[in-house]
Amino acid sequence: MLRLLDRGTKTLTCNACLHTMGLIKFTNKGIYCKQGDFYIDPWRPVDLAVTTHGHADHVKWGNKAYLCHDLTKSILQQRLGADLKIETLPYNKEITINGVKISLFPAGHVIGSAQIRLEYKGEICVVSGDYKVEYDGISTAFEPVKCHSFVSESTFGLPIYKWQPQQQIFDQIGDWVTNNQDKGKTSVLVAYSLGKAQRLIKNLTGHSPIYVHNSIENLNEGFRRSGVDLPETIRINADIKKETLQQGIVIVPPALAEGRWIKNLQSAATGVCSGWMQVRASRRWRSADAGFALSDHADWPGLLSAIHATGAEKVFVTHGFTATFSKYLNEIGIASEEVKTQYGNEEEEEQEILVKEA
Amino acid sequence: MSNKTNDKIAALVDYFTNAAAEDMPYVIAMFTGKRPKRPVSTALIKEWAIELSGVPAWLFGESYHSVGDLSETIALVLPPPIRVTDRKLHEWIKDLAALNGKDDAAKKEFILWAWDSLDTQQRFIFNKLISGNFRIGVSHKMLVNALAKQSGTESNKIMHSIMGKWKPEEITFDELIAGAHVNTDNSWPYPFCLAYALEVEPVSLGAEESWQAEWKWDGIRGQIVKRNGELFIWSRGEELVTDQFPELHFLKDELADGTVLDGEILSVKDGQVQAFSILQQRLNRKTINKSQLQDAPIGFYTYDLLEHATEDIRNKPLAERRTLLEDLMEKLVTKDIAILSPVVSFANWDELAEIRQGARDNNSEGLMLKKLDSLYHSGRKRGDWWKWKINPYTVDTVMIYAQKGSGRRANFFTDYTFAVRDGEKLITVAKAYSGLTDLEIKEVDRFVKKNAVEKFGPVRTVKPELVFEIAFEGIAESKRHKAGLALRFPRIARWRKDKKADEINTLDDLRQLLQSTLA
Repeated sequence: MLRLLDRGTKTLTCNACLHTMGLIKFTNKGIYCKQGDFYIDPWRPVDLAVTTHGHADHVKWGNKAYLCHDLTKSILQQRLGADLKIETLPYNKEITINGVKISLFPAGHVIGSAQIRLEYKGEICVVSGDYKVEYDGISTAFEPVKCHSFVSESTFGLPIYKWQPQQQIFDQIGDWVTNNQDKGKTSVLVAYSLGKAQRLIKNLTGHSPIYVHNSIENLNEGFRRSGVDLPETIRINADIKKETLQQGIVIVPPALAEGRWIKNLQSAATGVCSGWMQVRASRRWRSADAGFALSDHADWPGLLSAIHATGAEKVFVTHGFTATFSKYLNEIGIASEEVKTQYGNEEEEEQEILVKEA
Repeated sequence: MSNKTNDKIAALVDYFTNAAAEDMPYVIAMFTGKRPKRPVSTALIKEWAIELSGVPAWLFGESYHSVGDLSETIALVLPPPIRVTDRKLHEWIKDLAALNGKDDAAKKEFILWAWDSLDTQQRFIFNKLISGNFRIGVSHKMLVNALAKQSGTESNKIMHSIMGKWKPEEITFDELIAGAHVNTDNSWPYPFCLAYALEVEPVSLGAEESWQAEWKWDGIRGQIVKRNGELFIWSRGEELVTDQFPELHFLKDELADGTVLDGEILSVKDGQVQAFSILQQRLNRKTINKSQLQDAPIGFYTYDLLEHATEDIRNKPLAERRTLLEDLMEKLVTKDIAILSPVVSFANWDELAEIRQGARDNNSEGLMLKKLDSLYHSGRKRGDWWKWKINPYTVDTVMIYAQKGSGRRANFFTDYTFAVRDGEKLITVAKAYSGLTDLEIKEVDRFVKKNAVEKFGPVRTVKPELVFEIAFEGIAESKRHKAGLALRFPRIARWRKDKKADEINTLDDLRQLLQSTLA
């Protein structure tokens, strides 16, 4: 992964941003704030990594210091090492680094996810990392922040991606589980350990007991210690009988979705929870028994409403359908530019994390 | 993991148990490819969807590229419905049929009204109804099994019934299941006996003298049925193709009632089997003109005899069936159109292997090996029949364009276009997206992202550096392609990391190959 930009000698910068908004630069190490001398979500080691959230494509090992939201700390410690130097901030509290004011605002993506607001001599820039606008019941709700320039993802930046309200999806998942239980099948929901898993737990609790994989329960424990109101879950172990699991809900990360372990369950039915499930081709490709288009990223209307709400004069699109989305923004009168970054490999990199943790 | 086929059958059984009775014949018709006439063109549907969704045309195009299915793209981009209706499937189908002959304004009014009345899933099905193109993961066999299970009827009987001639508006579900229309229908074919590919040396098959070898012709497998004065030609896809091949209609007069032949529909000119590319001009056409009849005349090479003097002889050994077939072919008055597919004689496996190398000289794909005592099985069965194909053609090419895949693969460059050298230029000859491992796909993806030279929408032009060996089954002249030729079934055989872009094949190499197949 790191090799990709290693070779490239030219640094990706945008002229518009250098003229009028000199707050951030896109470099081969990540998003750099020169005045503050720190990076946001860098993919190569730096002195200070201001971190939007704990997914593996946004935070790497090897930085000298990290600054993140209070609730992201336990994630980083678990995934990158307990002895990291981590400073934390709550939402809406401002600090100053080398004259640049920094504050965090909820991104609604996963627990602890933050938009990074930078202010320097009246110029405001917001780096949003990953975000979704619908409140998911467990991650602090997304809050739009007025700014001059806005850095946005576009994971689902096509008009085919329009999510149903989450309650409808949870009703469908609930019905699916009930149906599986009646037919003697074990319901296995496939979801990222960080984010999607907690969202499922929060919203499905009360239906049936919830059994989770180690990697999920480790994060859950960290969250509970930090005071997150997360319902009870049961760590899966060899002593739990198949028949017991069949009457519950099993949640595993994608890396385990096709493993031997699943085959040993009492006729497992897998349900993949991901925005990609909106499209039939992806459902087939994942060969899931059921696909639920439940995403922690903003859908098309969500991206547009979030961007409108910032009032930004310039939008940088970092990952997803970048070319398409930024072309559309320009067409509707919002100056936008596509930027190459290494974000957007959640799936792949989350799997690597899991291998390390297992 | 549950068995997916069983899940599908269970879902079908569930459907046929609970669905509205009037809907069911229509569903069976759709699943078996009985298409109603398309009432509205794709272009208009697309235009109206773009208008109603308020999405710019280029963005609709990008969305379509990502989804890979027009009906689904439209269902997803449209705004949410504004009303609900509870019209049944057969009512929608009749409404759509009634649009034929109306003007565009009336058609548009109806289609927009329908879109505004249906949710995403229903819209998708509605759009598929318009297109008449139901390519779903339900094979005839699966449908038949579900119907058999649901109705407690023998599956053979249902297969005959639904493969016969019937119209959903003229038959009830119960009549269809009972096969009420089949008694007066003489058309029903037998299931084809199919072969697995031979992946070992033939020597492991044992004694040469218990085997019969034939050429494996590269055409359309067909079954010719003559009963009660009527002639029917079925394709392997269980389609009636009688009207497409008038050359074979003489068999109606020359075959005895109660005769069923298995063979290959080919283009045959002056006693020579033509390349598949020639036959292709004759396929899937509603009408055939004189020049097509002249340029690609049809012949039928007979392999087997399934019904003889009204008797089903599939359970007689091949040797016996072959003798009966030879007698029958001998008696045909018209020669050179229906031709007995010759037996290839050989003394030992080594000799046969050598003969097989010459398969391309007569436009065949290799050899078929059939056990002389084999019965005519239904479908694929291991052991008695083997196809022993010659290796595919290969060409070394360089990748010059890459395009992202669909859906979940939308983040990876998975579809590639390959070129050969033509003097100083590179000229595209094939597009392929299969044949690489996930790991290789990621590696190529990284290369593309690093080496993208230009962008055309979703397509990236890349530095011509990666060499791939492309395997293909045939080559044909093509006016549509810049190269003037097209490869059949191209796929990536290997990523030639050992080769450089200046070591790839040239367009002349391919032209020579094309000439050799036409000669």
